[in-house]
Amino acid sequence: MSAAQLRLSHPGAGVLRVQVSGSWTLASGLPSTREAEQAIDGGGALSRLCFDAGNLETWDSSLVNVIYKLARHSRSVGVPLDLSGLPEGLRGLLDLAEAVAPHREVQDHRPDTPFLADVGSEAIEFFRSVADILRFVGGVSVSLGRMLRGRAHYRASDLFLIVQQVGAQALPIVSLISVLVGLILAFVGAVQLEQFGADIFIANLVGLGMVRDMGAMMTAIIMAGRTGAAYAAELGTMTVNEEIDALRTMGISPIDFLVVPRILALVLMMPILTLYADLMGILGGALVGVTLFDIGIYEYFRQTRSAIDLFDVFGGLFKGLVYGAIVAVSGCLRGMECGRSSAAVGTATTSAVVTSIVFIVIACAMLTVAYDIMDI
Amino acid sequence: MAIGQAHIRFEGVTVGYGDRLVQRDLDFTIGRGDIFAIMGPSGCGKSTLMRSAIGLLRPIAGRIFYGEESFWEADPERQKILMRAFGVMYQGGALWSSMSLAENIALPLKEFLALQDEPAREIASLKLALVGLAGFEDYYPSEISGGMRKRAAIARAMALDPDTLFLDEPSAGLDPISSRLLDELVVRLRDSLGTTIVIVSHELYSILSICDNSVFLDTETSTMLANGDPRLLRDESDNRQVREFLTRGTP
Repeated sequence: MSAAQLRLSHPGAGVLRVQVSGSWTLASGLPSTREAEQAIDGGGALSRLCFDAGNLETWDSSLVNVIYKLARHSRSVGVPLDLSGLPEGLRGLLDLAEAVAPHREVQDHRPDTPFLADVGSEAIEFFRSVADILRFVGGVSVSLGRMLRGRAHYRASDLFLIVQQVGAQALPIVSLISVLVGLILAFVGAVQLEQFGADIFIANLVGLGMVRDMGAMMTAIIMAGRTGAAYAAELGTMTVNEEIDALRTMGISPIDFLVVPRILALVLMMPILTLYADLMGILGGALVGVTLFDIGIYEYFRQTRSAIDLFDVFGGLFKGLVYGAIVAVSGCLRGMECGRSSAAVGTATTSAVVTSIVFIVIACAMLTVAYDIMDI
Repeated sequence: MAIGQAHIRFEGVTVGYGDRLVQRDLDFTIGRGDIFAIMGPSGCGKSTLMRSAIGLLRPIAGRIFYGEESFWEADPERQKILMRAFGVMYQGGALWSSMSLAENIALPLKEFLALQDEPAREIASLKLALVGLAGFEDYYPSEISGGMRKRAAIARAMALDPDTLFLDEPSAGLDPISSRLLDELVVRLRDSLGTTIVIVSHELYSILSICDNSVFLDTETSTMLANGDPRLLRDESDNRQVREFLTRGTP
C-alpha cells in the first residue's frame, strides 16, 4: 500500500484538478489542504474544481474530510465543483454531510462576555443561590409542619430505612474515626503535660475536647462525606431520571416525600451518633493514658467524669443536632437543584459536601462564641 | 468488499445472566454490508444478545464469529482489537454528558488513532455533518433534543469508521419524521461505506423499510423462531407469532 497523496494540476484553462492517490487511513493522520485551498483562492479565473481518484487504493474518513473541506471552501468562493471523478460511496457521504445546512446559532451559543459582566453575573448568581437556600429551608419547614400535623405524603417505612442507613450503618466508621481522634488528642496533650508531670490531665483534655467539640465535629464531617453526599447523589439521580417530576405531576410534594424524611432521620440520629463518638473518643484517649502513661483505668475515668459536666455533654449534643440539620439540608438542597446530566450529579455531590463542611465550621464558631457568652 | 458474504456468525449461542437463560441455541449469520434486524417483543433478550455480540456479556454457550475468528475464544488483547471494529449506539445515546458533542466523537479518535486536537475536531465535525448536526460541535448532550442525541450517538459510533454498527432501538421515542430521517441515514451509511449494520428494534416500519435480513426472538420459548428477509417473513412465514408481530396482530 502506498502513502496517501494529494496532487494539484491544471489540465485545462481555469480548471484545477485535485488528484488523490494511495491509501488514506485515519491512523496515518490528516494531510494538509492548505495548498489546495490557496490554489482555489488564488485562481481568480477558476471555472471548475475537479477530482481524480484513479489511483486511489483504500480510503476512510480521512479522505472524506479532505474532500469535504475542499468542497466547502470551493463553494464559499464560488468555484463550481465536479465530483464525478470520486468513488460513488464517497460522493454519497458528501451528499449526506451537505444535506443539512450547518446550524446558524452556533456563533451566539457561547458569547464572550466582558470581565465586569462576568463578575456581575456571578454576584447575581450568588444572591440567587442564597435566596434558593432560604426558599428551600422555608419549604422544608412548611413540610415539617405538615408532617407533624399528619398531612404530609411520605412512607414511614422509608423513614425507618433512612434512619437505619444514617444511624446504625454509620457506627463502624464513626467508631474508627472517634477512637483515632481520641488517641491523637491524648498523644498531642501528653507531650506537653508530661513535662509538668500532669499526665492525669490527659483525661481532662480528651474528655472535654471530645464532648464539647470534636465528637460532634468529626461525626458531622463523616456524615457530610457519607450521608450528605449520598442524599445529593440519590436525589440528583432521581432528578436526571425525571422521578421527581413524576412525583410533582402526581401532586406529591418531593419535599414531603423525599426531603423531610431524610432531614428528620439525620437530625434524629446525629445527637445519638455524637454521644457514641464522644464515648469512643474517650475510650481512645484512655487507651493511650492507660497503656503508655501508666494511668489507672479507674483513675482515668474518674478524672474524665470530674472534668466534664452535663452542660458540656448537652452543648456538644446540640452542636451535633445543628450539624446534622446542616448536612441533611445541604445534601438534599444540592440534590434537588441538580441538573439533568450525570456530570451534574457529580457536581451536586461535591457541592453538598463542600457546603456542609463550610457551614459546619461557621456554625461551630458561632456556637462556641454563644456558649462562651452564656458561660456554658 | 463482498456484500452479502458472512460477516458475523452466531453458532449455538445461549445468552443469559447467571443461571437465568434469556435466549438459547441461536444459529444465524449476518452478511457483510447487510442491514440486519434483531427483532422480537419487549423483554425477549434483543439487547442482551447485542451485549454478547459487542463483547460486554460472555455467552453461556456457543460461539460468535467475526469473519473466521471466534470473538469469545480470542485472547483479551485480540478482543480489544476486534472491538475497535464495532461502533455501538446505545438505546439512550450514552453520550458523555460532561463533554461537548465534538469531544464525545474526538475521544476515541485521540485514544486509538493518536490524532491531535485539531484533526480530531475536524473529523468530529465531519461525522456530525454526516448525521445532520453540522454546527452543533460545542453543544452538550443536555442541550439538544432526544432525536439529536441519537444522531450524535451514531456519529460517535462511526468515529473510527467501524466495519459494523450496532444500533440499539435507534427509532425508539422519535417522531415519525426524525425516525424516517434516521432510517435514511442508516441506509446511506451502508451504501456509501459498506458498513454492516445490526439494528435491535421492534419498530416495524423501520424494520420493514430498511432491513435486508432479520432474526425473530421469542420470549416464551426463549429462542429464535425465524430468520430471513423481514418482508418475506411477514408475508410467508409459517409461524403465526412471527406473522402477527410483523403485521401488528392484524390477520
